[in-house]
Amino acid sequence: MANFDQELDASGLNCPLPILRAKKTLGTMESGQVLRIVATDPGSVKDFEAFAKQTGNVLMESGEEGGKFVFLIKKS
Amino acid sequence: MSDQKKLAIIATKGTLDWAYPPFILASTAAALGYEVQIFWTFYGLQCMKKDLNLQVTSLGNPGMPMPMPMPVLLQALPGMQKMMTVMMKQKMKSKGVASVEELRELCIEAEVKMVACQMTVDLFDMNPADFIDGLEFGGAATFFEFAGDADIVLYI
Repeated sequence: MANFDQELDASGLNCPLPILRAKKTLGTMESGQVLRIVATDPGSVKDFEAFAKQTGNVLMESGEEGGKFVFLIKKS
Repeated sequence: MSDQKKLAIIATKGTLDWAYPPFILASTAAALGYEVQIFWTFYGLQCMKKDLNLQVTSLGNPGMPMPMPMPVLLQALPGMQKMMTVMMKQKMKSKGVASVEELRELCIEAEVKMVACQMTVDLFDMNPADFIDGLEFGGAATFFEFAGDADIVLYI
């Protein structure tokens, strides 16, 4: 996986918390920085795609690691 | 800012389970960049109380999953509603579902505008001091002022 500037552990959280926490964390970051998010909610896979599409932030990677879902989002 | 999308919600229900849809949709829409307004009317106003006492019941709701089958008359016994509410809250916590209080706080942080139906407040002799700070009061025309320009309007 590529480098990242900040990490958010959203494990155990259910919809819509992973998205809300990610949005909040991105709010504290600079444009171009990358946020790594770890989640266990299976719905977050489609949700982070939709989140990126609608907010203009770039979903660089979306995958699974050790039974968890991992996302890399670059702030627009 | 005129190209910002808008979501308008009318929230009419005052039970624990039905408090979720308006708060989940409003907080998520706000995270996606929407301007959001919720118009709380009738029983929905219970969701705007400072001290939330939202309950859930299976009465009149055969669709509610129960841990064990239970005749309707038993579900009506004193204390059953309280027990179901406790069980539902435990279940939600165990599944990582946010509490209504937490989602409401996230909505307020995200500047979701909350409007209370003045007529309901008068009808049920509700005390405005019992509601959260920042709640505005208005009528149907107030709702349409925002909803008329909204991209999405939901009645919950």
